[in-house]
Amino acid sequence: MNAPINIAGLLKKTKDVFNFHGGVRLPEHKAQSNQLPIGQLPLPDQLVLPLRQHIGIMPKVRVAVGDHVLKGQLIAEAEGSVSAAIHAPTSGTIAAIADAVLPHPSGLPDRCITITPDGNDTWIERHPQDWRKGDVNTLVNSLRLSGIVGLGGAAFPTQIKLRSTRSPIHTLVINAAECEPYITCDDMLMRERYDQVVHGIEVAQRLLAAKNIMIGIEDNKPEAIKAMQAAVENTGIQVKVVPTVYPSGDARRLVYLVLGKEVPQNKRSTEFGVQVFNVATVLALYRYFEFGEPAISRIVSMTGNVNQAQNFEVLFGTPLRHLVKAAGGAKADTSHYIMGGPMMGFNLPSEDVPITKSANCIIAASSTLFEPPPPSMPCIRCSRCADACPVSLQPQELYWFAKSDNFEKAQDYNLFDCIECGACSYVCPSDIPLVQYYRYAKSEVIALDKAQEAADLARERNEFRLARIEREKQERTAKHAARAQGAKVAKAAGNSGSKPAATDKQAAIAAAIARAKVQKETDSAAPKNTTEMSAATKAEIAETDSRRVAAGLTEEKSPAADGDKQAKIVAAIARAKAQKADVSKMSVSGDDKTTKPVVDADKQAKIDAAIKQAKVAKAEAGKEKTSGNNDGQLMVDAEKQAKIDAAIKRAKAAKFAALTAKNKEDN
Amino acid sequence: MNRSPHITNAPSVSSIMLKVLLALLPGIFVYAWLYGGGILITLVLATATALGTEALMLKLRRRPVQPFLSDYSAVITAWLLALAIPPLAPWWLIVVGVAFAIIVAKQLYGGLGYNPFNPAMVGYAVLLISFPVIMTKWPAALSFAETKLSFMDQFHYIFSHALPANISMDAVTSATPLDYLKTQLKLNQSMDAIQVAPIFGVFGAKGSEFVALAYLAGGAFLWQQRIITWHLPTAFLGAIAAMAGLFWMIDPSQFANPVFHLFSGASIFAAFFILTDPISGPTTPKGKLYFAAGAGVITYLVRVYGGYPDGVAFAVIFMNICVPLIDMYTQPRVFGHKK
Repeated sequence: MNAPINIAGLLKKTKDVFNFHGGVRLPEHKAQSNQLPIGQLPLPDQLVLPLRQHIGIMPKVRVAVGDHVLKGQLIAEAEGSVSAAIHAPTSGTIAAIADAVLPHPSGLPDRCITITPDGNDTWIERHPQDWRKGDVNTLVNSLRLSGIVGLGGAAFPTQIKLRSTRSPIHTLVINAAECEPYITCDDMLMRERYDQVVHGIEVAQRLLAAKNIMIGIEDNKPEAIKAMQAAVENTGIQVKVVPTVYPSGDARRLVYLVLGKEVPQNKRSTEFGVQVFNVATVLALYRYFEFGEPAISRIVSMTGNVNQAQNFEVLFGTPLRHLVKAAGGAKADTSHYIMGGPMMGFNLPSEDVPITKSANCIIAASSTLFEPPPPSMPCIRCSRCADACPVSLQPQELYWFAKSDNFEKAQDYNLFDCIECGACSYVCPSDIPLVQYYRYAKSEVIALDKAQEAADLARERNEFRLARIEREKQERTAKHAARAQGAKVAKAAGNSGSKPAATDKQAAIAAAIARAKVQKETDSAAPKNTTEMSAATKAEIAETDSRRVAAGLTEEKSPAADGDKQAKIVAAIARAKAQKADVSKMSVSGDDKTTKPVVDADKQAKIDAAIKQAKVAKAEAGKEKTSGNNDGQLMVDAEKQAKIDAAIKRAKAAKFAALTAKNKEDN
Repeated sequence: MNRSPHITNAPSVSSIMLKVLLALLPGIFVYAWLYGGGILITLVLATATALGTEALMLKLRRRPVQPFLSDYSAVITAWLLALAIPPLAPWWLIVVGVAFAIIVAKQLYGGLGYNPFNPAMVGYAVLLISFPVIMTKWPAALSFAETKLSFMDQFHYIFSHALPANISMDAVTSATPLDYLKTQLKLNQSMDAIQVAPIFGVFGAKGSEFVALAYLAGGAFLWQQRIITWHLPTAFLGAIAAMAGLFWMIDPSQFANPVFHLFSGASIFAAFFILTDPISGPTTPKGKLYFAAGAGVITYLVRVYGGYPDGVAFAVIFMNICVPLIDMYTQPRVFGHKK
């Protein structure tokens, strides 16, 4: 019957590991640091504990400068859902709570708690918990006080990964692949503390109620594999030996390697019942429950250009300098330090940075150990990067789009699926810093998205505002309408009733008075002397006005020869004009007697205006003395405008003065 | 600077290009042995022209000259074109062809990495269209020719177009088997009758079939060195063989057998050295199959129905146009995306 299908199915079932596409084989450099057992460091003089050692919200400081703290004492408390507590790694005094340089790619300082150890290393009272029988929820909730985060490098608070999820976890994958070169901290951990690792796995198994447990270890760690295989005997835990292909330690790649399942895009493995923990993390869980020890130290590989590469158990907050010294010191040509592996690690800003929860490895670097890359050549589309990409992306296309700021297209080509493992750059014949291009593109997209979000929000708010204004307007209209309706009703009621009639009458009287007042005002406001004028006289006024303006303009058209002279001329003209205006005004008003005081006021105003004008002109002339003909012309234009304005003002002032005088007289 | 990864391990562009040149050497050796040292003169001319025009264009474009000259990509273009044109062509032919390839087909598009067309094939197509008579006159392989030209004779002929007094051009050159086949078939000759002509060899064209074998060896070296993948040569030769096989099965008296097509003209040479130009070719594995298969089909159709004896250049240039489209529609499934 269906023989071929059955055979295929059998083959699939018996397949032990599933190789993912791409990946690269790297020179390992692991033997350098895994020859010596895990070393212990003497207490440093000072411990600097950054508050932000994990992914998530900064914890809340629970101590003050000068406080004495004990080893394991909570000094910063987890805040919000995604956060992790921080504990004093040894007993001592809080020396400072201030900004210090962090081991972070940005090199920016951030808040840190500095402890000066007292040398006694006195533990606070510890509270072990029965993780085998205790209530799971209580145990998981207590992890909020443990400060444990993922020790593989991501530093995600572990408590969250253990909380019950919508889909129950059936498979627990322990990540012990340690695929980056140089790093051996997990290797040494498994070789020396395999029993605790197994207990740690049992803790996680209990808390998650997982049935299948697999430990994924790369085949370049035979001692660790042997140790773990012996330790898991009769526990049902499987040790899966995966090929040494970078990046097998990436959680999604490892899940595929051991289960043959691809974690769907934009989803977590927990959605199909698989949870992944780093091997050192589960050990920390065990120590927390079994001994009541919070996260205060980790194993760090100190390797590269040092005299004696080794793994050390390092208290969090230990300055890198201290660790380097323990490893026999850095060789003379050491140029800088890399935190993490050579594929995804980043350069540390100085030797003073503290060791944090995510520091799995420190590599002392020199130009011989890590040759500076040659200048980049153009992409020759050889597609080696595409062959190496563990996500099956097309790095050469992404590079092209990132380079040309074509972010939309980059997203079409799944930019955000890139895990920045660096395999593409590793194999690039043209030495193009591909990962940097992708990071740039990602950050730009995120920034643009944020800007878009902000713009959307602003638009929404504006639309809301407009809608509100419209609504209020309608409400007002409705209210008015309602009121008018009410008044009508009231009036109707008043007409029918006798009582409100009196008030109605009073209101009518008040209204009449008001009307009369308004009438009086408007009457007085209207220029009385012009209302009586004939059309001919009006025309004469207009003509005179226009002539006057024209005269002023023609006089002022001549370009300024000298600023001062010009100013003087302007002033003279202004004065002359003022006089002229007075004359014309007088002739207009016709009645000398009544206009006399008006003329005086008018005259004064005009003289003032003229002086002002002259001053302005003088200033302008002085400013533009050095400029040529064109500028002179411009100046003239400006003056012209100013004069016209002034003339208009004057005319208005005269009119007003005349009116006030007349009113006074009337009164 | 924070640049990860901090380590790389990739052959440089120069070393990749050098290996391609190295892979051409067996073919060149057999070529020179069969057809005389004239090809070496052409190769030198081509190389000098390529480096000269490349340097000139880089200078004009204000680009660094040294790193781009030492990437050897111009030399590859020069060699490929030199090996594609008839070995006794006058000196200016290769100079014009290479200059056009470098200046127009490569540098004007932006230089290394930016040329959408295979520069050598653009140069070839320009020469074929401009000088069809010279481009289709191939000398018979020396070892089999009755009249032999010495290296100096070839040297003189290339530079002065003069042959020794007792030799006429017709005695030295002849049509290529592909050309001959086409014209004879048009004259209603039967395939059997045509193929007894002395220009036909064991399985391809007499002489050049061995050059093709040498190219095959060079191609195997490139594959072994992981400079090329199996996709392009396999799909190209497969498509030619499939087309030839189909037509041959329908009417063996009118169509040559697949083996003849594989070892005639530029089939092998193109499969390993022309189609495999990464810059003007597709990047996805599936895309490479489509690209090469398309080129194979067009090559065959031009050979059998077209106006030119061989169709590799036109096939490659046409498929170059399709590369962006091919790449776009042959994206592999991304990890974790729907199947």
